[in-house]
This record gives sequence, C-alpha cells and structure tokens, in this order.
Amino acid sequence: MSTFQIDFGEAKKRVIGIDLGTTNSLAAFQDLTGPVIIPGADGERLVPSVVSVTKSGEIVIGNEARKMLITDPDRTIYSVKRLMGRGLSDVQDELKLFPFQIAEGSDSVIQLKLGERTFTPPQISAEILKQLKRNAEAYLNEEVTQAVITVPAYFNDAQRQATKDAGRIAGLEVLRLVNEPTAASLAYGLDKRKEGIIAVYDLGGGTFDISVLKIENGIFEVLATNGDTHLGGDDIDNLLLRIALEDIENEWGEDISGKNDAVQLLRRGVIQAKEQLSFVPETTIDLEYGPKKYQREIDRNLFDRLITDFVDKTLAPCRKCIKDAGVRVEDIVEVVMVGGSTRIPLVRHAVETLFRSKPHTELNPDEVVALGAAVQAGILSGDVADTLLLDVTPLSLGIETMGGVVSKLIHRNSTIPASETETFTTSVDGQKNVLIHVLQGERELVKDCRSLARFELKDIDPLPAGMARIEVRFLIDANGILNVLARDARTGKEQSVEVKPSYGLTDEQVEAMIQESYEKAEEDLKERQVREIRVEADNILSAVDKAKRSDAYYELSDEERTAIDRAINQLLLAYHSDDHHLIHAYVDKLNEVTRNLAENMMNTAVRGALKGTKI
Amino acid sequence: MRLRNIVHSLNYYEIFGLERKLTIDNGDLQKRFYELSRQYHPDRFQTKSAAEQQAVLDKSSLLNDAYRVLRDPVQRAEYVLKQEGFDIGEQRSKDVPPELLEEVFELNMALEELRSGDDTARTQLDAARDKFVGMRQEIDDGLAALFAKYDALQDRLALSEIRAALNRRRYIGNLVNEVEKELNVDIPN
Repeated sequence: MSTFQIDFGEAKKRVIGIDLGTTNSLAAFQDLTGPVIIPGADGERLVPSVVSVTKSGEIVIGNEARKMLITDPDRTIYSVKRLMGRGLSDVQDELKLFPFQIAEGSDSVIQLKLGERTFTPPQISAEILKQLKRNAEAYLNEEVTQAVITVPAYFNDAQRQATKDAGRIAGLEVLRLVNEPTAASLAYGLDKRKEGIIAVYDLGGGTFDISVLKIENGIFEVLATNGDTHLGGDDIDNLLLRIALEDIENEWGEDISGKNDAVQLLRRGVIQAKEQLSFVPETTIDLEYGPKKYQREIDRNLFDRLITDFVDKTLAPCRKCIKDAGVRVEDIVEVVMVGGSTRIPLVRHAVETLFRSKPHTELNPDEVVALGAAVQAGILSGDVADTLLLDVTPLSLGIETMGGVVSKLIHRNSTIPASETETFTTSVDGQKNVLIHVLQGERELVKDCRSLARFELKDIDPLPAGMARIEVRFLIDANGILNVLARDARTGKEQSVEVKPSYGLTDEQVEAMIQESYEKAEEDLKERQVREIRVEADNILSAVDKAKRSDAYYELSDEERTAIDRAINQLLLAYHSDDHHLIHAYVDKLNEVTRNLAENMMNTAVRGALKGTKI
Repeated sequence: MRLRNIVHSLNYYEIFGLERKLTIDNGDLQKRFYELSRQYHPDRFQTKSAAEQQAVLDKSSLLNDAYRVLRDPVQRAEYVLKQEGFDIGEQRSKDVPPELLEEVFELNMALEELRSGDDTARTQLDAARDKFVGMRQEIDDGLAALFAKYDALQDRLALSEIRAALNRRRYIGNLVNEVEKELNVDIPN
C-alpha cells in the first residue's frame, strides 16, 4: 500500500552504523532527532548472522539462511564472528561443534568450504554487511558507501583488521571501528543525559566485554576495558546441546551427534528453552526427528546451576576492569546491560551483586550497540557536534626481546590514538636487515602473547655493529589498529619496512576478494532482486487483503474494487516469474489502484482517533 | 597495518600550555585535555583531506601520550628526569636498598617455602605484601613534598632525591608484584 514519506532534502552522504554481531546484525542511521534502526524489506530489524550457499550456488543471508541451517547444515555458516582474525589452531574446539568444513590450506586464514565454493571469515561477514547495505539503500533510497562498524572492545589487532577487510570486500568504506560497549554508552548516555562514571556489561552471542567510562560534558572517556572474545550465549547453547545429545543417546540408544540436521534442530530447541527460561520458571527442550520424539523438562534452578561457571567467568574481567580504571565500585553510578545474554536472570543477579547496584535493562540490549554506532557515524560526518568519544586499546602492545621476553611499548587501557617510539640497531657489522616481532597481550613471554606481525627493516646502510639508529614508531590509531613508521635517525630518511601479518589477509588477497565479489555480484543481483520484490509483493498483498475487510473498502466505488481485484490477480500471475521488472510493475500498479483505499483508511483512522474510539 | 612518516615530538608540557612543574592539578589537566581533544581528535577531521587526517593523527596520539604521562605523578617525574639527562633505567632498581636487606631476605625465604608447598608461608606473605604496599604509599606521600621542593628551587639536587625515591618505589613495586603473583591475587590476562 502507499505510504507517505517526508523528504528532508538530504544533501550529504549518509554514514550508517553497523552492529556486526555473532548471532544477529543490524544497521542504524542518525536521523534529525536521534539514531534510528534500519529495517529490512521484510520489516525485520535484526538480520541473523547466518550465510548459506544454495545448491545452485546462490548466496542467501539472514532469516532465509537460518532456515537452511536445518535443511542444508553443511552449506550454512553461523557465528562466523568467532572465526574472524583467528588461526586454525585457535578454534579447534569450536570447529568440532560447527557443521561446516574447513578447506585445505587454512594456515594463517581459515578457509570455509560451502558446497563448491570456499570462503574466508571476512568474506562471509562481507555477505552479511552487503545485506545490511542493501537494506539501508532501499530504506534510505540512496547509495550507501560509508559505515561505522562495531567490534568487541577486547578484539585484538587481527580481529579488527579482519572486520575492516570484511567492510572493504562488501564495498563499504569503514570510517571507524567502534568498540561495542562504548557504542552502547553513547546511545545510552545521550538518551539519558547521564554524567559520571558508568560501567557497560556486554554479553552477546559469542563475546564478552566490560568497560568503565567517565561521561562529562559530552566527552565519553573510556577508563578501562576488559573481556573475553570467546565467551557468550553460544557457550550456553553448546553446553545444553552436549547434555541433550547425551540424554538422547541414553534414551534412544542412538548417537545423533554426527547427523547435522538433527543437531541443528536440537540446537534450535535448546536455544528456545534457554530464551524461555529468562521469562518462565520452567520449560522443555524438544526435538522431533523423523518418527522419534525427545522432550526434557528443565527449570530455572537447574539451568542456573548449569551456567554458574559460565557467569562466573565474566566476573574476573569485571574486577580487573574496575581496578584498571582506578575507581572504586561505589564510584560507579550505573551499570548498562548490553547483548541478548543479559536477559538471563542469573547474569543480572551476578552483575547486581558485584556492582552493588541495580543494572539498567530498559534499553533493548539487541539494538543499543547499532544505535550507538549510528551516533558515532553522526559524529564523524559532523552532524553530532558536542559529543566526543575517547576510547582505549584493550591489550598491551610489545616487541620480542632477548630470551623470548616481551617488552611492552604501549600499555593496555591507553587512550587511542597512542604511540611509542623505540630505537633499533644492528648486532653484526654490515647488517642490512632487522626483524621486529610485534605482539599483543599481558603476559611476559612471547609464547603466551598473541603474535601480530613481523616487521622487517630493510636496506639499512651497512655500518659497524651497533652504529645504525632506526627509530620505529608504533602507533595505534582510533580504530585500535597498529600502524608502524620507521626512520633512519642519522639520515632522517624513511626506512623501508616489510610487514608479515601473523594472521589475516594481505592487501593483495583483500583486493582479489573485492574483485571476485564484483564478478559474483552480477549473478547474485538478479536472483536477489526477484526475491526482494517478492517480499514487497507479499507485504502489499497481505495489506490489501486486510484492508478489504475494513469499512474503508466498502466506501470505494464498484469500479475501484474491480480494478483492485484485477491488479491483485495480475500480481499473483507475475509473482512466480523470474522477471523482477514485471513483478515490480504489478506491485506499482496495485499500489496505484489502492491509493484511494489507503487514504480512506487513513481518514477513518483519523476520525476514529478524534472521536476517541478504537477502530 | 600501514607505514608512514615520523613526526618530531613536542614537549609534553608545551602541548598543554603548562609551565614545567612537577606539581600538577589533575582536574585542570583533564579540562585542558578534553578541550584539546575536542579540537584534535581524528573524529573531527573525518571529512577533511588525507593529509590533514594524517597530521591530526600524529597530533592526537601525541596529546594522548602526553596526558597519560603527565597525569600520573610517577611517569611525570620520570619524564622530567629523563629530559634533565638522568638515567632512570631498570638496572639501578635491581640493587637491594640497604635498609630493606633484612626484609627482602625474609621475603625470599617465605617465597621459597610457599613454592615448596608449605602453605603456612601464605600468612607471612600476606603480611609482607601489606607492609610493602604501605611503604610504597609512604613514598607516594613523600613525592608531593619533593615535587614542591623541585618546583620552588628547580635544582638538580632535588631531582636526584626524586630519582632515589622512584628507584626505591620501583624496587618495592617489584616486590609487591612478585608476592601477588605467588599469592595468585591478580593473574594477568
């Protein structure tokens, strides 16, 4: 049906804010009055972070892909965020739980096999970003090329770089990576006009973050952050899933853990039970697989006992964060709860006990991060003038020194951008190259920290040992990503450096993926256009169907009613064709012939409202 | 990760328009920091040219580095000492200050006992930690007076007193860390 839109005459290009989540993703933009969530064509605000490849090679995303988790589990990927910026050895444990396969040659970047095609985690994330980009373009009716994307505060350099790569592959210029709890504080602080010290407890599908901030006069200064990039609601699902699988094996005498479709059905069942237990004291875990049925009662008491260790795991980072922030618990005026897992009563209870104050749960924990990202987008484009975010780097940065020890250069919780300069020299006469191994982490030994990259200073002027002076500046930018600058201190000349990232894609690989993405785009575009116009057709058909039962419909002339019926029939006939132009034409036609009906309904509604009666 | 040119450093005090004094009003410093951040944060330059963005990245990182050092009394003093040509390396803090010899000896004994599985040493270590934390606090309290002395006289003698206090502080700090590590009070990530 026709809707009425007001055009504010936007001149500038809009920057959207994106929350690229483990379970769900969503986009928002900064409107004149504040941040607004961008719904998809189906009206849904959340896009499930699920990507599937159909047997014909087509990529589907979101709710449609989630359905394929059951029908085509080995061609469908979920929770890919857990694999971003990671090496194969980091994720052995979770790979056992994932139905999808790892392709050969997954050394520094994991390669996922979906049917005939292979994808890296950034490419999968890029498909989700592309969907959000399309949703935004359809909703705002303009091209969207720039975005702010949120990442867990505790993401390391490689995980951040992988997220940025995903943006590039999706055709988005990533203006800024913003930490999720910080983004949430922006949305929350602006909304409530808060001042003082607050904590943000962010427990999502796959990651946990805790941040302590000082809000003063529009400045949001992060004092400290901590977390765990491998802790989230997924872990509860996996725990329940393991228990239920054992249970089923005892009951049916059959191990179904190798049957991907059954496991995914059961996963859906345990997630449902978990979610219900936040609102009701008891529920059941159900599975119907073929002729067989499984049902297990579970109450909140049992659930709480099962997840106690999980919840406790979030508390140590909280204590460290408060200590690092240099504040006392009683200085913290409020705790803001973010992420779907903060709906769990035991989580709320634990937070309340630790912080000795009632946590704030009135904001939608699924949406507040995206809203904050939109605010940051507004700050970057100059639309939000008085607000400024001062964030920190979550992990210390250091270099390898003698004996496998890490010498720290930039400490964790330093406000970013942050930098440190170190002078290097040669140890052998005439030495031309110096290798610098850069690591991230808090431990003292190289083997306990995360290797970021090896930088090779090249073509140093040959001099006696110890005479060369190469100044290297390590700079963490506002995205939390490392930049390295090198200079020959004697000559002042720029020193050439070669970078070998330990994990992640090289620039050339990203470029190749962007290219591939363009080529595939042509094929994908047509099918997608058909699918999208069908969704629109569904919407108008059901709206008209509803309208036909209203009083307004009977106020129409016979001719008008006949015209509507004819347009409906034409649209239904065109619906199953592969020609999106054709379907589009009949959607427009139906829109046109129902304009009077829409206006009548609007008037009836207004009359009803004026009379104070419900219609 | 990208590679770029290096900028020359400015004096941290000059950045904030402050005189070089060791005594600093942290409230005033924070106010200046926030004002300068509003001007020089990269967020404010997103719509500007690449060259301007580059320049402001250097400026804002320098600003943040300066704030981090100046707001902390110990780092601030070390910064001034370094500028005045004092050697403040770790090496000097490895020598046991004579007045602590006895305590350090006892502490090492207790640590040995705990490592060899004698849990009764735990209470002894707890007491030792509290004592060292108290000592560190005393030094911190004494620093303010030393800072005032230097600010008034601006002489090197005051600075060497400060350096001695900082060395002692670092030594005690290392002891505290060692004990806490053994007691598993705070396991780093």
